[in-house]
Amino acid sequence: VTLINGRNGPVGVRGQAAEVGKKAAVKQGKDIDERLGLASAGRWLLNYIFPDHWSFMLGEIALYSFIILLLTGVYLAFFFVDSAHEVIYHGSYIPLQGVKVSEAYASTINISFDIRSGMVIRQMHHWAALIFLGAIGIHMCRIFFTGAFRKPREINWTIGLTLMILALANGFFGYSLPDDLISGGGLRIAYSVAESIPFVGTWVAEFLFGGAYPGSQILSHMYVLHVFVVPLIILGLLGAHLGIIMRQHHSQFPGKGATETNVVGTPMWPGYMAKSGGYFFMTFAVTAALGGLAQINPIWLFGPYDPIRISTFTQPDWYIGWLDGALRLWPNWETHFPGHMIPNVFYPAVLLPGLIFNILYVYPFLEAKLTGDKAYHNLLQRPRDVPGRAAFGAGFLALFAVLLLGGSEDVIAVAFDTSVQAVVWSLRIGCFVIPAIVAAVTYLLCKELSAVPSAGKRPAGNVIVRGVDGGYSAQPAQRHPWELELHEELEPAPVDVTAPKTEPALVGAAPRASRGPAPATSAASAVVQSTAESEIPGVRMVSRQPAPGQPAPRSGRSLFFHRRHGGPGQEANGGSANGGSANGGSANGGSSGDGASGDGDSS
Amino acid sequence: VSDPHGGAGRGESGSAAAPVGTTDTETYAAQLSVAARHPRRVEILVGACFILAILSVFALGWIFTQRGNPQIEGAMLFVLFGGIGFGMAAWGKYLMPRGPFVEEREVLTSPDAQQAFAETLTRGEVAVEGRRSFLLKLLLGAMALMGAILLFPLRSLTPVGTSADGPFYKTEWKKGSLVVDEDNKPVHYDDLAVGGSLTVFPHGYTDSEDDQTLLIRAGTTPVAPPDQPEKLDWSPMGYLAFSKVCTHAGCPVGQYEAELQKLLCPCHESTFSVLDGAAVVFGPAPRPLPQLPLMLDSDGYLRARSSYGEPIGPGFWYRDAL
Repeated sequence: VTLINGRNGPVGVRGQAAEVGKKAAVKQGKDIDERLGLASAGRWLLNYIFPDHWSFMLGEIALYSFIILLLTGVYLAFFFVDSAHEVIYHGSYIPLQGVKVSEAYASTINISFDIRSGMVIRQMHHWAALIFLGAIGIHMCRIFFTGAFRKPREINWTIGLTLMILALANGFFGYSLPDDLISGGGLRIAYSVAESIPFVGTWVAEFLFGGAYPGSQILSHMYVLHVFVVPLIILGLLGAHLGIIMRQHHSQFPGKGATETNVVGTPMWPGYMAKSGGYFFMTFAVTAALGGLAQINPIWLFGPYDPIRISTFTQPDWYIGWLDGALRLWPNWETHFPGHMIPNVFYPAVLLPGLIFNILYVYPFLEAKLTGDKAYHNLLQRPRDVPGRAAFGAGFLALFAVLLLGGSEDVIAVAFDTSVQAVVWSLRIGCFVIPAIVAAVTYLLCKELSAVPSAGKRPAGNVIVRGVDGGYSAQPAQRHPWELELHEELEPAPVDVTAPKTEPALVGAAPRASRGPAPATSAASAVVQSTAESEIPGVRMVSRQPAPGQPAPRSGRSLFFHRRHGGPGQEANGGSANGGSANGGSANGGSSGDGASGDGDSS
Repeated sequence: VSDPHGGAGRGESGSAAAPVGTTDTETYAAQLSVAARHPRRVEILVGACFILAILSVFALGWIFTQRGNPQIEGAMLFVLFGGIGFGMAAWGKYLMPRGPFVEEREVLTSPDAQQAFAETLTRGEVAVEGRRSFLLKLLLGAMALMGAILLFPLRSLTPVGTSADGPFYKTEWKKGSLVVDEDNKPVHYDDLAVGGSLTVFPHGYTDSEDDQTLLIRAGTTPVAPPDQPEKLDWSPMGYLAFSKVCTHAGCPVGQYEAELQKLLCPCHESTFSVLDGAAVVFGPAPRPLPQLPLMLDSDGYLRARSSYGEPIGPGFWYRDAL
């Protein structure tokens, strides 16, 4: 990758040193290119542009936590024994001395207490698995709500979804391998679930477990799946996932000169590689801190698995919790045919997840069909732009949340000093009511927000300054240096800032909103109106118009951060808000969320 | 590359987004200049991060000689990885060309290329024309059969013979089986007080998961649901025995609440009524727990009157046929 590594970044390389470095790089590149022909592909890779947006790091967290899983997992694999064979424990953990345990359990206790750094590595592995699944989930939400799954990216959506299902399965396998009391109970349930499948269930269960429950082989079967088969498939699909992204290039949010046909951001070399590489180490750092300082899955407290024992208040890891909740909330129905039956657990634990995942698989195609949208989409949407989709997604997430709560109904009942029955019935009803309410509220919220272009933006204060020629002009107020450093300095807008600042455009714009001591409501609507106009690039701007021939930047469209001062829309917003402040505080928030409520009042 | 410390600051040249891979340092000086306003400070920050990382390595080395400590190791690994990571990210963010850079997207598709691809593909038609299409079918058939036959060895994943019996069809409880506890000790009718419970097995099978049975002393006289008086014979001296394997998902139904005469499964909160033949009163369990008929032998020890009359545990596809 470092074909031209003679160029050690732009800092400190100048004059002759730069020339020497460049020559060395060319020489190296020549040597490699003559053998592998990589120079042009390598240059393409170094120039690959990554759009700058924080939400694009979510997928990276997933990728990096997978690498952490591989690294820590290899270390654990050296010491773990995948055997249910019973031994007497004689390790350094005193409370378990002389207890009959399986070799798998004993080796996990050994890893925790007797292997160098074993505890840290084991807990890191578990934390990394939770982070992996969490990051995948949030990454998927980002993709979903911004419409990043639309053409041409539907294939990558399905691959990503498959990766999530595989990660889920492998998380469960890994969680079950130590053969402790709690995970053993989970395996018993898994057997019942496998057994419940019509026609083939008993065979599937016996193949997995190596015989009727408890079977003799489940640990070694799961071990092969957990450390070899599933990671290999994940690795392959991950390669396809990333390869397709590189081929199609990233999607991007509008703004900063981004269009459907270009990508604006940071190139792979050198900026992105350093940032992302650093991000990998930071993910590693957080995982290590959790692994060392935050206890997780203390199996020495749970004890070894014993089929006749089980503990109350046992919950699986959260990514399985929603399935456990579905098992708990599902009514006690069974379906009977002549001579055959479909067991109860089939519906909540096989059919329900099957249905959910299949809806997610077909969603991109379904949405395209419903909207008739066959166009390419490289620019992302804000959730509010498509209220129907946002409502659907939010309702879906609400259902997951209710099911997850269902997985802890016993804990909830104790915490709120009520009966389990009451909690279960509330959640059973909640499964239908809460997603519906969440979806409806989301829909209305999106509709409201999309009606107010300025909603969600922070107000930017302005000051009026008198220039040397005696005229007045509005300038953005001085911000905290920290903000300047982070946001203004780092993200120069592609605007020609050298244009002469002669015309006090903002002074001209301001009176429109502040003419006379108008009532607060009309002032607010005036503010909104002027904001809406300023969405058209360059219309209201006079002093900082983009130079001819340069891409006109879109005005404020940031999701969560305040705008930079350079954008034309911002100037107009700020100007009017500033002018409006003469009327009192109400108009001051003209470019903030307050504007939304003001608009609602006046309309 | 322009001088990062001096000129080329913000706003000194046109700042159009630089095309990627540009060598036009004159035009794009602003984009190619570093992002930081005070590069010197960032250099110090990045250097400090890396030095911190190096120091943490020594701390880690020391803690390893002290036989390790998970907390300190975790904290030091945090400093090590965090120092490297934060330093790298700050370097990348502040001390590298600040951009923005722009790249035109490659057009993914073109009708010409599709046409050419299709034409090239049809070149192969000659190979499968007429009678030769039969060859293709033969090849595909051979491959399908190959795939099928390669699955056969997988049969060894489960021991031969067990499936003929099926899971959970039968337990080891037979007529006359001696009721023993976990330690294979026979249970005498004196052993449990009213309100007591015990996990029992048929004699000799204390490791068997399917055979685990919950013995409850619900009273001092036989008990049975009002509508099933024939079950009065099953509970000598008030002893009731139910399969401990939940009919929902197979968890051990271990919680006996004597005051309420209820059994609770801790996994999914299914609740069974003891005096009503373990009928389901709440929760997802679809069927009552099967009851094991009991009797007393001449020495006063509990024995099974017969086997369970039905398959125990959760349901499966052909359970109703048994």
